[in-house]
Amino acid sequence: MTGPEPVPGDARPSLAVWKFASCDGCQLTLLDCEEELLALAGAVRIAHFTEMSRASIAGPYDVSLVEGSITTEEDARRIREVRESSRTLVTIGACATAGGIQGLRNFAASGEYARAVYAHPEYLASLDTSTPVEQHVHVDLALHGCPIDRGQLLEVVTALLAGRRPVLPGHSVCEQCKARGTVCLLVAGGTPCLGPVTRAGCGALCPAVDRGCFGCFGPADTANTEALARRLISDGLATDALVRLFRTFNAGAPAFEKEGRAHEPRHPAS
Amino acid sequence: MSHGTRRADRTFAVDGLARVEGEGSFRAVVRDGVVADVELTIFEPPRFFEALLRGRDRLEPPDITARICGICPVAYQMSACRAIEDAYGLRVGAEIAALRRLLYCGEWIQSHALHVALLHAPDFLGCADAVELAQLDRPAVERGLRLKRIGNMVMETVGGRSVHPVNVRVGGFYKAPSPEQIAALAEPLREARDLALATVEWTAGFDFPDVEADYLFVALHDPERYAIDSGRICSTAGLDTDAAGFLAAIVEEHVERSTALQSRLFGRDDYLTGPLARYALNREQLGAPARGAADAAGLGASCRNPFRSIVVRSVELVEACDQALRIVESYGAPHPPAVDVPVAAGTGTGATEAPRGLLLHRYEIGADGLITSAQIVPPTAQNQLSIEADLRRVVELGLDLPDDDLTWRCEQAVRNHDPCISCAAHFLDVEVVRR
Ligand code: SF4
Ligand code: SF4
Repeated sequence: MTGPEPVPGDARPSLAVWKFASCDGCQLTLLDCEEELLALAGAVRIAHFTEMSRASIAGPYDVSLVEGSITTEEDARRIREVRESSRTLVTIGACATAGGIQGLRNFAASGEYARAVYAHPEYLASLDTSTPVEQHVHVDLALHGCPIDRGQLLEVVTALLAGRRPVLPGHSVCEQCKARGTVCLLVAGGTPCLGPVTRAGCGALCPAVDRGCFGCFGPADTANTEALARRLISDGLATDALVRLFRTFNAGAPAFEKEGRAHEPRHPAS
Repeated sequence: MSHGTRRADRTFAVDGLARVEGEGSFRAVVRDGVVADVELTIFEPPRFFEALLRGRDRLEPPDITARICGICPVAYQMSACRAIEDAYGLRVGAEIAALRRLLYCGEWIQSHALHVALLHAPDFLGCADAVELAQLDRPAVERGLRLKRIGNMVMETVGGRSVHPVNVRVGGFYKAPSPEQIAALAEPLREARDLALATVEWTAGFDFPDVEADYLFVALHDPERYAIDSGRICSTAGLDTDAAGFLAAIVEEHVERSTALQSRLFGRDDYLTGPLARYALNREQLGAPARGAADAAGLGASCRNPFRSIVVRSVELVEACDQALRIVESYGAPHPPAVDVPVAAGTGTGATEAPRGLLLHRYEIGADGLITSAQIVPPTAQNQLSIEADLRRVVELGLDLPDDDLTWRCEQAVRNHDPCISCAAHFLDVEVVRR
């Protein structure tokens, strides 16, 4: 790819953005920092970001943001390359941290998905699994969400530039509801809500529009999914609906995966 | 990356096409000074949405399919809602319909502003990206960023957030925004309309390569307004059908070089959807400010130069701001914010205009309310053959250019159509081989 050579003596830290299997929504969050974008572009050297620039500067990179999950042999190789050329590797979003919605294939029979969509599955170089980045390489920091939150992204980038550890919450959406004074949907209306077990970050968006949280930020650090599942069932949620609730964008996050499997209909031994 | 050998025989290749959503590559082979072959390869790894939707509840597609594309999630949400509502014969009231259109206008504004100012304009001004462009013309980039911000504000107010809004449901919304929240959008939208008008003037002044194509245009058409999410599917060849009729008329092909399925109309014709198509079919429906801007920019009754799509997109920015403003000025909150959705069997189809073109969804639902079959036909897959044809023309006309320039021109020819590769793989490196 053509592009400018690094300016000799450019001491700014370099930032690279990488895409694997994903929707581009998490990288878009960076471009959505409209008010900060030009200032950021002045403070860092954006060395590789194909969604935004045709220029690309060779590594090594100070910070790499990685979006997307690993779904091909080639991507499994490419992520190792990215790791080797990055001082700090940050995964951004549920695809990268948990395998994403495309990780639902991990629960299906081998090859079933490819056959369902394509006339010639043999043309595809796709794996039967969609796996998070940390299953392939060491990850320094994970930013959760589907999509990630703009404020959290800015915090991570600013902290890394300043050489400090970013401050990210490990508590649940419940606490963000209390902070903004939203009446609890689960207690008040019996609306199924994953807020008690979901990582804070979004600012409790769904309950604010009278909607139960559906877990797009993945499990909180100490998520008691079992207690919540019991509660939801006693409130009348059908078990198949419960399994679907745990099985969306973060289906592959260990706490959600385990809870989902615990309520799957048992198949007779074969 | 291009590697010329002799002038007469060369290959141009771009691996990892930049400033498009997703991943693709392009390769052209020139033999004895004649373009022998052009090929657009889409190597976006497939995510199998149509398979993973099976067995999901009929209320889930808006949230799940939004994740096909972070740039146009509302398009996915709206086509999904319409398809499922169609399956049950549901009709939403005028207030819900207007609120949906407002949200959709927000997406058009943010997506078009991003593409016009940050992704496409740098090509015309010889810049690698918006950061370089900002060194040349900072106000132009700031204007684009401000427009984008206002589009996102609309999405945040109506949808809760801009990437993957949370407030959309089959049947309407979870909660209607208050009249005060909506009224607060009026001022920014007036500002946005002015910025969009300035954007039309700016882009109309660019230099455009002289390329015209004989496209078969396909778009939604609604006699009442410039169609975004309503109307019938029409073509410049006289087609006039509903979403189900259109799906029956296209043939989707799976070819080895692409994880996107290519569509042909009547199994035969390449066609183009998106801004050029909408403008050609719906110019009469543009509001006064957008039509005035189009006339001043000299667009005429239709525009067949793909490079000038940036001007048409800018006109659509004006239109989206204007439509949004009209909705804001007459807003009445829907009560209730959604219609009820039954648990029942049904089959339904829905089509809306994503910023980059026509997007169709079709679902079959069982008696238990679970989806048994899903089909999604995204804009980029439909446009792929027309984009390839554009590339062939661009290479033919540009054979005298040095490799680097021709490669850049090819990249630009792809960006002309604002392809969303993430959604097509259900896109781009450029390679031109001169042999
Ligand atoms: S985590 Fe969600 S928003 Fe981010 S890339 Fe994946 S699907 Fe898109
Ligand atoms: S409330 Fe839950 S589902 Fe909604 S945006 Fe926040 S984390 Fe995501």
